[in-house]
Amino acid sequence: MNGESAREAAHRPPWGGRTLFRIWRHGDLVSDVLVRLSSIAVVGLVGFIGYELWLHSAESRVAFGLQFLVTAQWDPSIKLVFGALPFIQGTLVTSLVALVIALPMGLGTAIFLAEMAPDWLRQPVGFLVEMLAAVPSVVYGLWGLFAFIPSFVRPLALGLNAGLGFLPVLAGPVFGPSRLAASLVLTIMILPTIAAVSRDVFSAIPQSQREAALAVGATHWEMISQVLVPYGLSGFLGAAVLALGRALGETMAVTMVIGNTLDLSPSLLHPGYTMASLIANEFTEATGNLYQSALIEIGLVLFFITLILNFLARLLVWRVSRRAAGETRA
Amino acid sequence: MNGGAVARRTNEEALIEARFGALLPEGSVPAMGDPKIAVQGLNVFYGNFRAVGDIAINIPDHRITAIIGPSGCGKSTLLRALNRMTDLVPGARTEGRVLLDGKDILAPGVDVVEVRRRIGMVFQRANPFPKSIFDNVAYGPRLYGTRGSQLEEVVERSLRSAALWEEVKDKLRHSALALSGGQQQRVCIARAIAVEPQVILMDEPASALDPIATLRIEELMRQLVNQYTIVVVTHNMQQAARVSDLTAMMMMRPDRTGELIEFGVTAQMFTRPKDKRTEDYITGRFG
Amino acid sequence: MSRGTLTPEFGRTRAGQRKTVNALMLGLCMVMTLLAVAPLLWILIYVIDKGGSVITWAFFTHLPTPVGIPGGGIVNALVGSAETVGLGLVVSAPVAVLAAFYAASHSDSGLGLALRFATDVLSGVPSIVMGIFAYTLIVLPMRRFSAFSGGIVLGFIMLPTIIRTTEEMLRLVPSSLREGSLALGAAEWRTSLSVLLPAAANGVLTGVLLAIARGAGEAAPMLFTAFGNPFFSTALNQPIATLPLIIYTYAISPYSDWKAKAWGAALVLIVVVLLLNAAARGLVWWRTRRLGGQLR
Repeated sequence: MNGESAREAAHRPPWGGRTLFRIWRHGDLVSDVLVRLSSIAVVGLVGFIGYELWLHSAESRVAFGLQFLVTAQWDPSIKLVFGALPFIQGTLVTSLVALVIALPMGLGTAIFLAEMAPDWLRQPVGFLVEMLAAVPSVVYGLWGLFAFIPSFVRPLALGLNAGLGFLPVLAGPVFGPSRLAASLVLTIMILPTIAAVSRDVFSAIPQSQREAALAVGATHWEMISQVLVPYGLSGFLGAAVLALGRALGETMAVTMVIGNTLDLSPSLLHPGYTMASLIANEFTEATGNLYQSALIEIGLVLFFITLILNFLARLLVWRVSRRAAGETRA
Repeated sequence: MNGGAVARRTNEEALIEARFGALLPEGSVPAMGDPKIAVQGLNVFYGNFRAVGDIAINIPDHRITAIIGPSGCGKSTLLRALNRMTDLVPGARTEGRVLLDGKDILAPGVDVVEVRRRIGMVFQRANPFPKSIFDNVAYGPRLYGTRGSQLEEVVERSLRSAALWEEVKDKLRHSALALSGGQQQRVCIARAIAVEPQVILMDEPASALDPIATLRIEELMRQLVNQYTIVVVTHNMQQAARVSDLTAMMMMRPDRTGELIEFGVTAQMFTRPKDKRTEDYITGRFG
Repeated sequence: MSRGTLTPEFGRTRAGQRKTVNALMLGLCMVMTLLAVAPLLWILIYVIDKGGSVITWAFFTHLPTPVGIPGGGIVNALVGSAETVGLGLVVSAPVAVLAAFYAASHSDSGLGLALRFATDVLSGVPSIVMGIFAYTLIVLPMRRFSAFSGGIVLGFIMLPTIIRTTEEMLRLVPSSLREGSLALGAAEWRTSLSVLLPAAANGVLTGVLLAIARGAGEAAPMLFTAFGNPFFSTALNQPIATLPLIIYTYAISPYSDWKAKAWGAALVLIVVVLLLNAAARGLVWWRTRRLGGQLR
């Protein structure tokens, strides 16, 4: 119709993108350029963030090199030695504990929403789970500090310590703010992510798989656990990776409940420090270029980790929809 | 066993017996006996819409019964009601009775899982699990605790019955998705057989396959019928004529409810149908 | 082996076992869901309880009083939040919408794919890292904390949300419109436009609502951009208070009347955020229903 080849026509958007702009008498070309520029700007922004972080962490990178990642010292006042290891550990520990608890819970919630709940229940409960994700981090921190810790985490910690305190990971003394508190708050915060993505994964699984399992005489649970979960496994892994990425970067809630103390013991019941909470806590107090540049370098490490995790997560979730599409095509 | 029952038989049953007599070797005339599945007053509703209405049909044992009819007349719905797969549709409601060996599978308190084991199903598009061929066929028996060498025997037996063993015996651990369409469908048949059902329901099992694969499925059906009762839905009349012993003709009423308009011996239905609508459909005057 | 090896006696006990497992596991999923939702209810009830007692008209209109002096409010933070979020919107919304148009129409091109990847990355970057970025980009050269830098960093954070939601809405417009607009002349394009623009506008609105909800709740990136301000200020080149910032500051302070105010502020924030989210969801629901109606 406008001299387009068949291939070009196939690539058109559902609603005929260029025709929209053609309706504006003037500036057809201008709109096109503007749109393109905006897209380039967004893509460029990502690179720019990495660039700025890289640039302003130069002093620290030059001073410490890769040792930065494995040094367990953080001495801003006397020796001016900075090492990120305790914070990397703190971040990993709290995030992984949160993931280990949140993954089965999130999956169970997704199973309930996607495979069990009747229609009238699915909407409201799904809404509640989404609202969990909408609560701001500071509010989680506030509630965590004054309600969750005294009413739940501390009693739990005391109990764990009493029963299993011989384990180094549950050794006392028991504090209020602790890595355990941070892990549990993180669990609550990343659970909606896992539930939402997993729910989408279940929706993407073709109905024919469910029918095949049930027609052979499987129970509802057998169908879910032996057919659906394996089918969507890469998607669920993607959900986990996505949730992990969120947990690693969580700042306010963590900084308010973790105690912000450089503690090298392995105990979960002690206060700790994560990369994000360190930056939040010390950035405005950072005197001297080296100190600040070390903090920025920690930001750089966080940036890279979340970048990789995000990419991995999208890849995994994409695999499930590809498999489903491939089978319906066949 | 049937001496005193002679007087009870309808004309239809007599015709059927006449046909069976013609098919089987000299000297052996089967008794019609009780139907394997007796459907009485079956209505299936999706919400307020009645998909099939007032279906009454007796499906005999060890025979292939075909259900034919134009698109949308409720053939698949009827088939799926037989193993309660209609339960999966939200808002679906089934009324009436479906008797398997005299016991109503629609009664409350019936173990649906066991019903579906006894009445297996093969679907229009092959839907193997993304697992190995072995794990696909072994899926059902594993649920029942079959393990080890017994499991391997069951898998081999099922694949042989599905006429697939020779082709896949060396690649049992390979993914079932790597097989051709026709082979995948036979994996699904093997999977259905592995739990030792008594009835196999087939919903247009060859419609997605090429002609050669289709013929192989039809041959397989004629072999399987010695052990199982088969009910097959097909939109392909030639297929119904080739493969089935009895044919049920369904049609859509003006209110879009599907009803059964004729049921009889296949040879007779296709040469001298009783209902004009059947004749129209078969001769292609319909739609 | 003969038929019927799977029935009856062996089958029957195992069947009972399987049924128990089925009921147990499905029940467990239900319990997980309850446990997942419970904290939300706990938080809401607690915040309403603790914060409700602090909410007065004065709370919304007065400035914070020095420690120990009763009364006072959070009006500086309310204004500050509005200002920074508003600035962020002004900066990010136009770029986001334009980029979303590109993403929806050129999804196969190199730039389209890069754009999708970039949007994903941006939404995954921890907000505190965004804060560092804004610090190096704006605060350092300006040599001061400012509302401006706070607004800009919120803009960066809101960008991916608006892009993604707008793009999704644009994709929802059915392809039947394409056939229609392809075959017809200028007058019919107006008809297409009449369905397209509302869809786009709806998408932008939804994205904006969600973005505001996200931006309004951010404290971490503001720690070293907007920085916070105990006094009333709207100047762009001065530090400014925001709601999440004072929640944080007051919460970790040792003063009980400050902590009480933190609850009040948290109540305001959570109500605003939840309402925005609910409104956005409502828009989506309304839009998909209208679209479904038109397809008939």
